Amino acid sequence: MSSDQLQRLKPGQSPHEPEKATLEGKNKFLGFWFFLGGETVLFASLFGTYLALNGPESNTSGPGPAELFGLELVFIMTVILLTSSLTSVYAIYHMKNLDFGKMQLWLGITVALGLTFLGLEIYEFYEYVMHEDHTFTSDAFGSAFYALVGFHGGHVLFGLLWIVTLMVRNSKRGLNLYNAPKFYIASLYWHFIDVVWVFIFTVVYLMGKLGG
Amino acid sequence: MAKNTNSTSYEFYKQKNKEEMKYQLITFALMIIFTLVSFGMVIAEYNPMFTIPVIILLACVQVGFQLYYFMHMSHKGHGLPALFLYSGVFVALLTVLAMVTIVWW
Amino acid sequence: MSTATAQKKGFGATLWDYLTTVDHKKIAILYLVAGGIFFLAGGLEAMLIRIQLAVPDNDFVSAGLYNQLITMHGTTMIFLAAMPLIFALMNIAVPLQIGARDVAFPFLNSLGFWLFFFGGVLLNVSWFTGGAPDAGWTAYAPLSTTSPGHGVDYYVMGLQISGAGTLIGGINFLVTIVNMRAPGMTYMRMPLFTWTAFVTSVLILFAFPALTVGLFLMMFDRMFGANFFDPQMGGNHVIWEHLFWIFGHPEVYILVLPIFGLFSDIISTFSKKRLFGYSAMVFAVVLIGFLGFMVWAHHMFTTGLGPVANSIFAIATMAIAVPTGIKIFNWIFTMWGGSIRMTTPMLWTVAFIPSFTLGGFGGVMLAAAAADYQYHDTYFVVAHFHYVIVGGVVFGVFAGLHYWWPKFFGTMLSEKLGKLAFWPFFIGFHLTFFIQHFLGLMGMPRRYWKFLPNQDLDLGNLVSTIGAFLMAIGAVIFLINVIVTSVKGEKVSGDPWDGRTLEWSIPSPPPFYNFTQTPLVRGLDPLWIEKRQGNGKMTPAEPLGDIHMPNNSFIPFVMSLGLFIAGFGFIYQVDDKNWLIVGIAGMLITLGSMFVRSVKDDLGYHIHKEDLEKGAGSE
Repeated sequence: MSSDQLQRLKPGQSPHEPEKATLEGKNKFLGFWFFLGGETVLFASLFGTYLALNGPESNTSGPGPAELFGLELVFIMTVILLTSSLTSVYAIYHMKNLDFGKMQLWLGITVALGLTFLGLEIYEFYEYVMHEDHTFTSDAFGSAFYALVGFHGGHVLFGLLWIVTLMVRNSKRGLNLYNAPKFYIASLYWHFIDVVWVFIFTVVYLMGKLGG
Repeated sequence: MAKNTNSTSYEFYKQKNKEEMKYQLITFALMIIFTLVSFGMVIAEYNPMFTIPVIILLACVQVGFQLYYFMHMSHKGHGLPALFLYSGVFVALLTVLAMVTIVWW
Repeated sequence: MSTATAQKKGFGATLWDYLTTVDHKKIAILYLVAGGIFFLAGGLEAMLIRIQLAVPDNDFVSAGLYNQLITMHGTTMIFLAAMPLIFALMNIAVPLQIGARDVAFPFLNSLGFWLFFFGGVLLNVSWFTGGAPDAGWTAYAPLSTTSPGHGVDYYVMGLQISGAGTLIGGINFLVTIVNMRAPGMTYMRMPLFTWTAFVTSVLILFAFPALTVGLFLMMFDRMFGANFFDPQMGGNHVIWEHLFWIFGHPEVYILVLPIFGLFSDIISTFSKKRLFGYSAMVFAVVLIGFLGFMVWAHHMFTTGLGPVANSIFAIATMAIAVPTGIKIFNWIFTMWGGSIRMTTPMLWTVAFIPSFTLGGFGGVMLAAAAADYQYHDTYFVVAHFHYVIVGGVVFGVFAGLHYWWPKFFGTMLSEKLGKLAFWPFFIGFHLTFFIQHFLGLMGMPRRYWKFLPNQDLDLGNLVSTIGAFLMAIGAVIFLINVIVTSVKGEKVSGDPWDGRTLEWSIPSPPPFYNFTQTPLVRGLDPLWIEKRQGNGKMTPAEPLGDIHMPNNSFIPFVMSLGLFIAGFGFIYQVDDKNWLIVGIAGMLITLGSMFVRSVKDDLGYHIHKEDLEKGAGSE
C-alpha cells in the first residue's frame, strides 16, 4: 500500500478520483471538510464582532464605512478572487484526468491571481492607514474591520504558501496517490477563502456603503 | 485486458469531467453576474431596506454555487461534509444573530 | 520493533519514544500524566482557597494572590485537567472500541497533545514571572483588559495554544469514528462511549473557534492596542461575554458527555445487561449536543439582555433537562434486574447518578431567569457547577481510570484501595459543596477574598473546608493506589471485567497494532454476543496479513515548542518591541516544521505477516 502510493499517475490510468483512492486520502478529505465547518464558526464570530462594532457609536475617530470604502477596488478584487476560484476548479479538473502538467499550469494561474488580490488588499490597507486615519488602533470600528478582513487576508497568504509548497515539492515527480489528496484539499481551502470573501464584500463593503 | 478496461473507464470519466466543466463555467458566469448586480444595486442607490436583503440573498446563492459546484458538494459521498458544514452554518447564524441583536449600548 | 529491543530500552530511549510517539495508547498515557499533574496543581489551588475561607476575616493569602488562585483553579481544572483526562480516556478506548488499529491522523493526535501541553505549561509559567492571571476563569472585559502585569496575557496565549490542540484532537476523533470502524460496526452498534466521544468532538469543532476568536480579540486589545472591548474607543465588552459563552457552554457538555457514555458502558458491563434504551440514549446525547449550542446566554441573564432574550434562553436551558432525564432513567433501568457487581468503577457510577441529578436540579433553578437575579454570582452557582463537574466529570474520570487501567498499563488498580479512596472523596464532596448552596442563598458572593464573622456564614464555610480536606485525602489514597499497583506490576488478562465491547477482546495492554486481525462485528456489545453465541472470541474479518503502521515523528513537539516560544515573544513585546523578534522566531519554527511535514513523505511501515505469526510486539 505505502510505496506504490508514490507511483506516478499518468493520463489513461485509473482511478478517476485519485484524491479518495486511499484510506489516508479519504481521511484527509473528510477531516478537512470538518475543519471547514469549524472555520465557518470562526469567521461567523469575526463577522458578528464586526457587525456589532460597525455602527456610528464605534466609529469614534476617522471616517465611517460609507465615506471610507471605494467600490472600484473591491470590485476588481472580487473578480480576481472569483476567477482564481474558477482556475483552481480547472486545476482539479485536470487532476481528475491525471494530467499533471495542466494541473500545475492552472494552479500557477491561481497563485498569480491570489498574489494580485493580496497585493491589492495590502495597497488598500496602506491607503487607509496612511491617508484616511483608519487604523487598527484608531477606534473599535477600525479594530473590527482589520480583524475580519485581515484574518481573511491571512488565510489567503497561508493558502498561497501552501499551494506553492505543493507545486514546488511535486514538480519533478508528478501526480501520485500520496499527493493527490493534498492538492485536492488545498483547492478546497482556496474555494473556502472565496466563500468568505463573498460575504466580506457583501456585508462589509456593500452594506457599509449603504450605511447599514 | 485490465489495462483496456482502465482506459475505457478513463475515457468515460474524462468525458464526464468535461461535461461537468461546462456547468462550472456556467456557474462562474452566474457568479460574476450576481456580483455585478450586487454592486450595481448599491451604486444605483436603491432603498437600502430593499437592497440589503437582496444582496445578502445573492451572496448566499453565490456561496451555494461555490459549495455545490466548485467544491463538488453535489457529488455523492458528500453527505457528512454537508451535514457538518450546515451544522457550522447553524452555529454561525446563531452567533451572528446574537451579535446583531443582543449586544447593545 | 521486535520484542527484545522493546524491553531493553533505557530511560533515554523511552523518553524519546514518548516524545515522538504517534501511538494512540501512548498518547493516552501522555494525556493522563500531564492532565493528572495539572489536576494536582488545580487541586492544590483549591485547597489554598478553602483554607483561606475556613474562618472569617482570614489573612492566609493576600487578596491579590487569592484572585490568582481562583482564576488559575478554574482555568486549570477545565482546560488543563478535565479536558486532557477526557482525551486520555477517549484516546485509550475509542480506537479499541471500534476495532481500529489507530486513529485517522496519528500525527495530528500527537500534535494535539503537545499543543495542549505547551499551552498548559505556558499558562503556569506565569506563577514565576510576576503573577498569574487574576481576572477569573471567564476573564470578563474590562476587568481582564485592564488587569495590570502580564498575568492575563499568559491566560490568552496559553489557552490559545492549548485550544488549538483540542480542536485538532476533536477533528481527529470525528474522522476516526467515521472512517476507521471495523466491518460490521455500524453507527447504531457503537458503544455509547464512542457515540458520546463523537458528539463531544462535534461540539469541540463548533465551539472552540468562538474561543479562538475571543482570545484573539483579547490578545489584540491587551497587546496590540486594539479597542474591541474598550467602550471609550467605541468597543463593547458584551462581545467578549458572548464569544466566551458561545464556547463556554458547549464546553461543559464537551466535558460531561463522554462521561455519560463511559457510565453507560460501565453500568451495562457490571449489571450484565444490554444498555436499556440504547437508541434513546444515542438520541438524547445528540439532542443534548444540539441544545447545548442554544443556551449560552443563561450565563448572562443579569447582563441585561432584556426579557425576550432571557425567556428564550431560559426555556432552551430547561429543555436540556429532558434528554438528561432520559439518560438518568435509562441508567437506572439498566441496573434494574441486572446482576450487579459493585466494583470500584461501578461504585463511582452509582454515586454519580444522585450527585449529578442534584447538580441538575440546581441547574434548572438557575435557568429560571427571574430567580437567577437572586442566585447570580453567589455560592449557589459555585455549588451547582461543582456538583455537575465534580459529581459528573471527576467521578467519571475516576471510574474510567479504574475501568480501563488494564488497557493503559496491563495492570489492575487495587479494588480495596479504590473503594477506600472513594468513600472520603464522596463524603467530602457532598460536605464541601452541598452547604455552599445555602451559603449562596444566604447571600455569600463568589470570588470574594474573605467574609466577615457573625453573619451566619462561619459554620457553613468551615464545614465546606473540612469536606475539601476529605476530598484531598481521597485523591491521595488514589495516588497511593497508582503507586502500589505499578510497583507490584501484576499483569492481568485481556478481559478482567468480563466485558462486552471490543477493547476486552485483545490483550492488556494491547499490542501497538491493537488487532492482529480486524474483528467482524455482529451486533451491539460484540464481544458479549460472541461469548453467548460463539466461542467467546471475535471472528476475524480479514485473513492474517501485513499491517500498515505510521512512523513516529518529532515534528509535533517542535511545532508546539515554536508556538510556546512565540507566546513569550508576544507577551513581552508590550514592554519592549525587541521581543517581537522572539515572537517571529517562534512562529518561524512552527511554520518551518509545518513546511518540513508537508514536503517530507511519511508513508509509514509494514509489520510483516511472518513477524505477526511469531508474536512480534505483543509484549
